[in-house]
Amino acid sequence: MPEVSMVVNGQNVSGSCEGRTLLVEFLRENLGLTGTHVGCDTSQCGACVVHVNGKAVKACTELAAACDGSKVTTIEGVANGSLHPMQEAFRQHHGLQCGFCTPGMIMAAIDMVNTHGKKLSEDTIRHELEGNICRCTGYHNIVKAIKAGAKKM
Amino acid sequence: MSDSGIGARVPRKEDHRFITGQGNYTDDINLPKQTYAYFVRSPHAHAKLGRINTKAAEAAPGVVAVFTGKDVEADGIGGLICGWMIHSKDGSPMNAGPHPILASGKVRYVGDHVAVVIAESYAEAKAAAELVEVSYKVLPAVVDTATAATAKASVHDDIPNNTVFNWAIGDEDATAKAFSSASHVTTLDLVNNRLIPNAMEPRAAIGDYDGGSDSFTLYTTSQNPHVARLVLSAFIGIAPEHKLRVIAPDVGGGFGSKIFIYAEETVCVWAAKKVGRPIKWTAGRDEAFLADAHGRDHVSKAELAIDANGKIQALRVKTTANLGAYLSTFASSVPTYLYATLLSGQYNIPNIYAEVDTVYTNTAPVDAYRGAGRPEATYVVERLVETAARELGMDPAEFRSKNFVTEYPHQTPVIMCYDSGDYQDSLDKACALIKYDQFEKRRASSMRKGKMRGIGFSTYIEACGIAPSAAVGSLGAGVGLWESAEVRVNPTGNVEVLTGSHSHGQGHETTFAQLVADRLGIPIDQVEIVHGDTDKVQFGMGTYGSRSGAVGMTAISKALDKVEAKAKKVASHVMEAAEGDIEFKDGSFTVKGTDKAMAFGEVALAAYVAHSFPTDQIEPGLKEGAFHDPANFTFPAGCHICEVEVDPETGVTEIVDWVAVDDFGNIINPNIVEGQVHGGIAQGVGQALTENAVYDSGTGQLLSGSYMDYCMPRASDFPEFRLGFTVTECPTNPLGIKGCGEAGAIAAPAAVMNAVTNAIGVKEMDMPASPLNVWRALNASI
Repeated sequence: MPEVSMVVNGQNVSGSCEGRTLLVEFLRENLGLTGTHVGCDTSQCGACVVHVNGKAVKACTELAAACDGSKVTTIEGVANGSLHPMQEAFRQHHGLQCGFCTPGMIMAAIDMVNTHGKKLSEDTIRHELEGNICRCTGYHNIVKAIKAGAKKM
Repeated sequence: MSDSGIGARVPRKEDHRFITGQGNYTDDINLPKQTYAYFVRSPHAHAKLGRINTKAAEAAPGVVAVFTGKDVEADGIGGLICGWMIHSKDGSPMNAGPHPILASGKVRYVGDHVAVVIAESYAEAKAAAELVEVSYKVLPAVVDTATAATAKASVHDDIPNNTVFNWAIGDEDATAKAFSSASHVTTLDLVNNRLIPNAMEPRAAIGDYDGGSDSFTLYTTSQNPHVARLVLSAFIGIAPEHKLRVIAPDVGGGFGSKIFIYAEETVCVWAAKKVGRPIKWTAGRDEAFLADAHGRDHVSKAELAIDANGKIQALRVKTTANLGAYLSTFASSVPTYLYATLLSGQYNIPNIYAEVDTVYTNTAPVDAYRGAGRPEATYVVERLVETAARELGMDPAEFRSKNFVTEYPHQTPVIMCYDSGDYQDSLDKACALIKYDQFEKRRASSMRKGKMRGIGFSTYIEACGIAPSAAVGSLGAGVGLWESAEVRVNPTGNVEVLTGSHSHGQGHETTFAQLVADRLGIPIDQVEIVHGDTDKVQFGMGTYGSRSGAVGMTAISKALDKVEAKAKKVASHVMEAAEGDIEFKDGSFTVKGTDKAMAFGEVALAAYVAHSFPTDQIEPGLKEGAFHDPANFTFPAGCHICEVEVDPETGVTEIVDWVAVDDFGNIINPNIVEGQVHGGIAQGVGQALTENAVYDSGTGQLLSGSYMDYCMPRASDFPEFRLGFTVTECPTNPLGIKGCGEAGAIAAPAAVMNAVTNAIGVKEMDMPASPLNVWRALNASI
């Protein structure tokens, strides 16, 4: 079994895993970081979005072994003492209901700001959320939260 | 109004754990020595089950055990049940076929559970499942809803015509008479397309057995853990109720699909004792598509009779509803009492007659999905009304106004007695919000861009908080539909509320706490809502049918009444005043006409210290419980208006505006209520524009079995929703609450389809109005 080492949320971690182990499985099962969720098996839903070397990645589509040596940030790692502005915006704008898609939404939203800047138009947000499915909110308050969170980042 | 009491936009208490990745969903839980289950599922829609050879799988690496239906039978474990008895027109009881937790004799849909492989890891269980050899003798599949009753093959061998029941409601003769004297009859053939619920969290379970206490624990994704325990105990025979604990921790959405007691969860808890270790199962999305209970799937012929004055005289509908291969937990109630009783809509319709034939097919079981029968009823009524207005050359808003119920209580011909409402008010407000009077200008402007613009109304009504228990019992329900609550005041004055309602996105931890904070005058962070654990909460009916506000919160309110009464007694002794002179307001007990006062927390402490009152007359402590059985359903209603632009070149429909004006009675937290409306609309729009569960008509294979084939609505499919509210208080609960959870999903499909048909000028079109379907309708001659 391959040995994998990576920096997850600022901590050096290593562990052995099978070649077929997905990044999301490594995070959830080896590291106990259960904030990253699995909502589908075809890379559509986005519940598993994390950042690998600063870019949003669907952790269900990445092999853990392929992330050897990478810097990974999960939902557990975005708050730095206080909540990340995007986390706070989701709370303030009621951008979540059941909470299952939320970690992926927040990780995708932070990446959206990193890519497109702090002034996000509603169109851009809705288009960029193509890869994140929410069944509860109708996206209405997620869009509002991302717009507000972006401004505060 | 305080900043955290009733009516305040309080940010949710539960959010912190979800936005920081600290939610506790079933799949996040791991028990020591846990094993993993993977199910061998039927690849055929309909087949005779031959020999099942498990030897190779048992010998595979990591495998702990393999079980089949024979093992279930040997242990005397019963099948799954349907908890609502419906009788056919001729008085005969519904035909309920057996529903084993692992298949016996036959498999009846693609995804039916044939065997379970339990192994040290999920990967090993899944790999070994490939080694289970099952011999099938494939039989012809019954797939199509409309023709199932006349199919040659039988889903259940001893059930004729694949028919569950032939049910009817209303006065057939009087309705026929009204039709014969009508000046206009509008007729529509309607298909309410089959949907797959797709809560984002797939179902999951961990079964655990403790030999020391001979008791079981089931962690599961349930909307109603107590009902699950009752069914698992009393009907399936896993263990007596007191030896079975069901825990539904954080649950990632339900929409009805997590009400039901399914095979997989049952197998996990049953087999945990056999293997002597915890068993975890988490559905893949592929399994969710195959084996979660689906929704809708009605085929209807609907007619509306109108007199020369434009008044509706009668409605008649003949519906065939597909219930799938087995009767799921509440399947039989959905196309009957949750559907046909709402066929009066918001209208005065003197005569209604509905016939509902329900059929078995070789498809996944169909049961309640957000709205459960009421979206189907609204679709029939609102498509009929809009079409009738068009045929009569009347304005659809005006035609509705002319026929609205305006006086309450209003007894419909189909059981329901509407208690309150103001349908004209919500219609007027919605028309003002969307600037209905300027629609033709907008249509012309769209036309200049080459787009066909349409507008569609849906003035829906729903019945929530299904009750009272005796009434639903007389209609066939196997359970009572009340709710329970317990308010535990701690000596230091903070409060735990145990509720039988279950939150899986609805925000009960906040709204319920708002009620308590408001009533007791304490900060909201001093209130903890406890739910989802049968060892903590005595009993509860769970959350579905938009019942938790109207029923669950009323139970809490009743318990709070008792807490206040007891606290007044305690306060009267401590302050040496007559009990009748004690007043309670804003968290303070005062003695009328004096400056004596005690804070709520001080009285709580006094109740537990018990130094100041005679304990032979007043028991120490401050904890009260209540059960609430409502006197009637509640009747949320409102008006949704949708505007679409259709691109005639591509058939793409874009929703360009949406207004919704809803009457939910009093609102506890507007943020949460608006969120419920947004989500409901999105699900309704999904049904109308993108979603469709499709089985191959020959083989019964599910063709829409992944997110690549089943089109979930995305953020870019919606505009910003514009909401408004009207308020008529519900008279049958002290909070005046009606319920809001399903309204959007009920209203939306008809609004969209009325808009699409208005835009492209066709009378009938089936959902989903996908680009292909719209393009085909526009190019019917090609």
